[in-house]
Amino acid sequence: MKIHLKIWRQDNANTPGKMVAYDLDNLSPDMSFLEMLDYLNEQLAAKGERTVEFDHDCREGICGQCALIINGQAHGPEDHYTTCQTHLRTFKDGETIFVEPFRAKAFPVLRDLKVDRGSFDRIIQAGGYISAMTGMAPEANSIPIHHNISESAFDSAACIGCGACVATCKNSSAALFTSAKISHLVKLPQGEVERQERVIMMVNQHDDEGFGSCTHTGACAVACPQEVSLDNIARMNYEYNRALCEIDS
Amino acid sequence: MALDAKTPDGPLKDKWSNYKAKTKLVNPANRKKIDIIVVGAGLSGGGAAASLSEMGYNVKVFFFQDTARRSHSVAAQGGVNAAKNYRNDGDNVYRMFYDTVKGGDFRSRESNVHRMAECSVELIDHMVAQGVPFGREYSGYLSNRSFGGVLVSRTFYARGQTGQQLLLATYQAMMKQVKKGNLKQFNRHEMLDLVMIDGKARGIIARNLVTGEVERHAAHAVVLGTGGFGKIYYLSTLAMNSNGSATWRAHKKGAYFANPSWTQIHPTALPQAGDHQSKLTLMSESLRNDGRIWVPKRKDDDRLPGDIPAEDRDYYLERRYPAFGNLVPRDVASRAAKERMDAGFGVGSMKNAVYLDFKTAIARLGIDTIKERYGNLFTMYRKITGIDAYKEPMKISPAAHFSMGGLWVDYELQTTIPGLFAVGEANFADHGANRLGANSLLQASVDGNFVLPNTIPNYLSDEIRTGAISTDHPEFAKAEKDVIAQVQKLLDIKGTMPVDNIHRRLGKVMFAEVAMSRNEKGLIWAIEEIKSLKKEFWSNVAVPGDSNGPNSELEKAGRLADYLEIAQLMAKDALDRKESCGAHFREEYQTEDGEAVRNDEEFMYSAAWEWTDGSDWKLHKEELDFKDIKVAVRSYK
Repeated sequence: MKIHLKIWRQDNANTPGKMVAYDLDNLSPDMSFLEMLDYLNEQLAAKGERTVEFDHDCREGICGQCALIINGQAHGPEDHYTTCQTHLRTFKDGETIFVEPFRAKAFPVLRDLKVDRGSFDRIIQAGGYISAMTGMAPEANSIPIHHNISESAFDSAACIGCGACVATCKNSSAALFTSAKISHLVKLPQGEVERQERVIMMVNQHDDEGFGSCTHTGACAVACPQEVSLDNIARMNYEYNRALCEIDS
Repeated sequence: MALDAKTPDGPLKDKWSNYKAKTKLVNPANRKKIDIIVVGAGLSGGGAAASLSEMGYNVKVFFFQDTARRSHSVAAQGGVNAAKNYRNDGDNVYRMFYDTVKGGDFRSRESNVHRMAECSVELIDHMVAQGVPFGREYSGYLSNRSFGGVLVSRTFYARGQTGQQLLLATYQAMMKQVKKGNLKQFNRHEMLDLVMIDGKARGIIARNLVTGEVERHAAHAVVLGTGGFGKIYYLSTLAMNSNGSATWRAHKKGAYFANPSWTQIHPTALPQAGDHQSKLTLMSESLRNDGRIWVPKRKDDDRLPGDIPAEDRDYYLERRYPAFGNLVPRDVASRAAKERMDAGFGVGSMKNAVYLDFKTAIARLGIDTIKERYGNLFTMYRKITGIDAYKEPMKISPAAHFSMGGLWVDYELQTTIPGLFAVGEANFADHGANRLGANSLLQASVDGNFVLPNTIPNYLSDEIRTGAISTDHPEFAKAEKDVIAQVQKLLDIKGTMPVDNIHRRLGKVMFAEVAMSRNEKGLIWAIEEIKSLKKEFWSNVAVPGDSNGPNSELEKAGRLADYLEIAQLMAKDALDRKESCGAHFREEYQTEDGEAVRNDEEFMYSAAWEWTDGSDWKLHKEELDFKDIKVAVRSYK
C-alpha cells in the first residue's frame, strides 16, 4: 500500500518546527506504524539525510516509550492502543497521515517526535511510593488483601506512564497519570500509612510542572492504552480533600 | 588469570549465611565517602541503585531510556518464582535449587543457585511491602501458578504484567532516593567505556543522548545491570534498544565473558509475518499452563484449526513428554516446535508457527477465568495480529529471548576486573545452559536487592581511605578520547547501507546457525559471514547526521559494531563446546530420538573467554563441582 506522511521535524525545543512530506510505497498492511517509520528512516539514511527521531523501545505496548500523535489522536485512531501496537491495516491505501509529537508545556520537544517526560518522574518522586526499604518487609502473607481490592489496585497500577492522557487532554492535565498512582497505593493496606502526605505532595507537584486541571471530559481514559479509569481521578480528588480536612483538624 | 569463584566454605545450605556473618562491612558514616556507579535501571540495576542509596552510599545510575520505568524488565509477563511453599505441595529451597540446576542442564554454579532460591523468599515479602498487586485468592492470600520444568506451583504473578509491577516498585524506590538526594539519575545516557585506574574499575565514559556530549564519571565501584544481548538476532523478544555494549566494552577492558553462546530461544512468541518485521512479541510461558500446543498430523492440512478434529491433531509435547507435557522447559519446547516445522508441519502463511489452543481450558474453566488469568495477553495478541484467540488458537513460534551467558562473576558478583560488578542478566551465574521460566525476574531482583548489597561492602571496605576519584586522571582523558574517536569514525564512513539492514542480515545468520540447533559446518560458515558483515559495516555503514544532538542511527551503529564482535565470540563458544546441553544443541551430539547428549567428562565447566587484544580470545575454564545434587541425564519424559 501507499501512504503519504506529513511528519513534524524540529531540531530542538528552541527552534521552530514544521511538517515535512514523505511518500512511501510498497508498504504491507501487516506492518506496524513504527515499522513504517523504520522503513522511511532506512531510505533517508541510505541517502545520507538525517533520520526522523522518535521514541520507542519494547514495541509490545508495555514500556510506554512510544508516543506519537497520529492524525490528531494520541497513539493513533484505535482506542486503548499504544503507537507501537498500531498497524497499517487501520489506514486506507493512499491515505495522508499527519504525525506529531505529544504536545504539552510539561513535555518539551527534544528533537522531531521525541519529547522529555521528566515531569512524570518528578510527580512520582514527590510521593508515588511506599517507603519500605529493602530488608524491612514482614512475611508476605501476614496481611491478607481481598482478591477484588488487589485486582482493583492492579487496574490503577497498570499505567505505563506514556503520557497519552496529557497529550489528548485539552487542558494538558496529567490527572489520570497522577491519580492512577495515588489510587494504586491507597487501595493497598501497605500504602495506607503515607496516604495523606502522598496525595498532597503529588498533586502539588503535578501543578508545579505546568500540567493543567482536570475538567472531566474523559478523553484521557479513551486514549489510555491500559484503560485506566476516570474513577481514579474521583478518588484522587476525594483523597486530596480528605487530606486537607485532616490537616485542618 | 586463574578463575576463583570465591565460593564460601561449609555445607551448601549454610554458605550464604556464613558469608553474610563473616564478610567485611562499611561503617554507615563512611558510606558517604563512597561513590558507586550503576549502569542500567531495570530490576537488577535499579534494585541495586535503590538498595545501595538507601544504605547511604552516593549512587549515580545511568540508563538510555527516558525514564527508569521503561527498562526492559517491564516486559516480563508471567511471574517470579519463590520457594514459599504456600501451596503445601512439597516445595522448599532445596527443591527450587534442584529444579534450577536440573533445568540449566547441570551447567550452573551450585552455590549461586542455592543462594538465589534462599533469597526468593524474602524477595516476595519485599515486593508485597512495596505495593506490588500480586494475584490473590478470594481469602486474601497470595496465589500461585505453575511454570515449565517444575512439578510445584511456586510462581507469583501480577496478571501477565509481573515484570512491569516489580519494575514499578523498584522504580518508585529509586525515585524516593532521587528526591532525598542519595541517588542521582542520568536518563538518556549510554555508557560507552569503562575507565580503569591501576587495574581497578574507577568510572565510566557516558554519552548524553540528548546533547551528544561525552561525559566522565568517577566512582569507587561500577555495577553493570545492563541486561542481555538477545537483540543480536535482530528479531527477538527484546526491546529495540536493548544491547550488549556496556558488558562488551567492559569485556574489552579485561572482564571475562562466560558461555556467550547460550541463548534461550523462547517457544511462545508471535511468528514473523514479513521482512519488515522489527520485533517478535512474547506470549508468556504461563499460557502453557492452560493452552495446549499442537500441529496438524497431515502436512499442508489447509483446514481452519477449528475444523481439524482431535484425531487429526498432533499434540507433540504431550506425545513426546507425557510427564511434563506442555510444561517442559523452554529449550525442549522450542526444539520440539522446530522439529515439527522443519518436518513440514508448521502452520500459518510462512509455515513458521504452531498452534497454542485454549479451547479445552475454556470449556473446563469458563471464559471468565481465562480472561482473568491471561486477559491482557489475549488483548495484546488481538492488537498485534487482529485475531481473537478466545475463538481460534494462537499461532506461536520460537524467538530469541534470554542470554544465559554474560560477564563471568564470582560468588560476590564481581567480574574479573576488581571493582566491576555485574548483576541480573548481564552476568552468567545462575541459569546454567537454560533458564527456567520466572527465574529471570527473580535473579535480577535478588542480585540487585539482596545479594550485591551484602557482597559489595567486602570490596568497598578497603576503599574508605581512597578519597574521591578524580576525573582529571589521564585514564579518563584517554578513555574519553577513544570514545570520541569511535563516534567520529562511525560518522565519517558516510556509506550507503543502513544500520538496520546489516543488523537484520547478522540476525539471519545467527538465528540460522547459532540458535536452536548448531553444527560444526554451520558455525564455521557463520564465523566467516559475520566477518564479512563486519567488514561491510566498517566500510559502508550509513550514519547520517552529527553527534551534537539526538541521533538514533549513531546509537544503533555503536551497538551493532559491538554485536558484530559478540556474534563472533558466540559462534566460537558454540563451536568449542562439543556436546549438547540446555539451549546449546549440537546436532552431532544427540540420541536417536533427537534428545541432547551431554558430555560431563570433558565439558562440565563454564567457558570464560578473555579478550586478547584483537580478533581472538583465550579460554579459561571454571570447573563445576556438584556436591549436593546427583548429576543425571535431564529427562522430562
